[in-house]
Amino acid sequence: MLKLGIPSKGRLMEQTFDWFGARGITLRRTGSDREYAGAVEGAEGLELVLLSAGEIPRELAAGRVHLGVTGSDLVRDKLADWDRQVAELAPMGFGHADLIIAVPASWPDVDTLDDLDAAAAAFRRTHGHRLRIATKYHRLVRNFLTENGVADYQLVDSQGATEGTVKNLTAEAIADITSTGETLRANHLKILTDGLIHQSQATLYAARSADWRNGARPVLMNLSQRLGFDPNAL
Amino acid sequence: MALKGAARAEADRLMAAFRAAGAVAVEADILQPAEVLLDLYGEDIRGRAYVTADPIRGEMMLRPDFTVPVVQMHMAGGAEPARYCYLGEVFRKQEHLTDRKSEYFQVGYEVFDRANPVQADAEVFALFARLLAPLNLRAATGDIGILMEAVRGLKTLETRKAALLRHIWRPRRFTQLLDRFGGRSPAPEPRARLLAALASGETLTDAPLIGLRSGAEIDARLAALQEDAAAPPIAAEEVARLNDLLNLSAKSPAALTHLRDMTRDMPAIAAATDRMEARLEALSAMGVPVDDLDFEASHGRTTLEYYDGFVFSFHGPDPDLPPIASGGRYDALTEVLGQGRSIPAVGGVIRPGLVADLTEGAPC
Repeated sequence: MLKLGIPSKGRLMEQTFDWFGARGITLRRTGSDREYAGAVEGAEGLELVLLSAGEIPRELAAGRVHLGVTGSDLVRDKLADWDRQVAELAPMGFGHADLIIAVPASWPDVDTLDDLDAAAAAFRRTHGHRLRIATKYHRLVRNFLTENGVADYQLVDSQGATEGTVKNLTAEAIADITSTGETLRANHLKILTDGLIHQSQATLYAARSADWRNGARPVLMNLSQRLGFDPNAL
Repeated sequence: MALKGAARAEADRLMAAFRAAGAVAVEADILQPAEVLLDLYGEDIRGRAYVTADPIRGEMMLRPDFTVPVVQMHMAGGAEPARYCYLGEVFRKQEHLTDRKSEYFQVGYEVFDRANPVQADAEVFALFARLLAPLNLRAATGDIGILMEAVRGLKTLETRKAALLRHIWRPRRFTQLLDRFGGRSPAPEPRARLLAALASGETLTDAPLIGLRSGAEIDARLAALQEDAAAPPIAAEEVARLNDLLNLSAKSPAALTHLRDMTRDMPAIAAATDRMEARLEALSAMGVPVDDLDFEASHGRTTLEYYDGFVFSFHGPDPDLPPIASGGRYDALTEVLGQGRSIPAVGGVIRPGLVADLTEGAPC
């Protein structure tokens, strides 16, 4: 048996069903609307596991599912050394979102990371604390800012309504996902010109630590032909 | 990998040697308030230290080093001069799949003494060199103070020097800024547009002002950007000299001669070079063979950013392993943690677990 973890609800689930359906594998939920159970038609030995998209990286890392569909932003943020824990099999072409850094549109002097770094230094001198950046993507944002030599900032956790944190005085800047930029504009924020941290999309991953004996490997080989990925990526 | 017992036994041996050298043994809590460490080291420490939540005291960190609690303890009322030693576990989160340990012993020795900082530098290094001598380690030294003086001596805007000083510990960013200020790479494209808009007096933005950063702060930065744009680039010879200094790597006597030569064009580093000479003399008097001692001007630039003078480390044969011991001078840290007071301070730590790995099977 090969276990495939996919998001249990919403557009991400529907688009995942469509993606597999277009490749001849029918995935669907079974039972009542509220029951998280699924069925597979058109692929022998494949078992569907419905999970919260946010938990799929963890389940993959633990090897409790062999394959999983989730956003590439979540995998890179939640897993240290993500590419040594999972293999990226196929970008799926939906669920697009950009993880970006945004600052108030009322800061004409800050358009780049370079500016952000300089503004953070001055801010710290003036206010006695580091410039706060609200986000839920701690690892991705910290690594990005470290690579780009930005100092004198601190991350503050924000699990939702992140665009409102600046106006609410709990942060000076944000790092969040956006697709159209509409919410950012409505909250008087602008994206730094070099502030793109990651372009995320729904992606099919394989777990390196899963048990690939007992019949999982042949199922993977079969899927690789039908879904068009390289099984040697694993 | 040495067992914890072997590491502990080695740690006890080193502690006894530090006590014999005149240090008072001190303790530090394992749970440290996260705020102080975060304020000091920035977000990088969150990637490297274990953060945990205390229901009353808020965010706490499992002790990532002893320096901060020992400095705090001394600044809160320690007698002067002081020598401290300590022994205990420190905790470092590993962000990569690796054999590196996330929990290990450190044994440390710290000297707080205003009388003769150069002598104190030499004392710490000579003590470490003596204790580690049986392991035949490679020692490397450097002096962040020389770099800082070189930057302060540049003939350019104070704001540019301050930006370079902030990034001494981020070599890539430092180089980027130096290229920019030296006119070798252009400012980012949006900067040119902004400066043009400022010059023409057009409205820069009609967005409402939100957040803590005030209009006055924005205006101050705009003025600084205009001042920077109007200032001439740092002269090419000055940039070249600074790069020459950053790349200096030689045995200590040759490095000293080279630095002496450089002071003709960089008088700002003369005092720091004098200190290096005095330190080498003091080391020599303590029996350290300085003719073989490596000096790398950029040594210590990628460590946590608090060293601001002499820095050193001792390395085993495996280049993939962390240093067996490291340390340096951190005068500015005492000022940050001293709430108005400060004292010259130097110290270092040894990892007894790594020492035990190297001595396994060999007679101690």
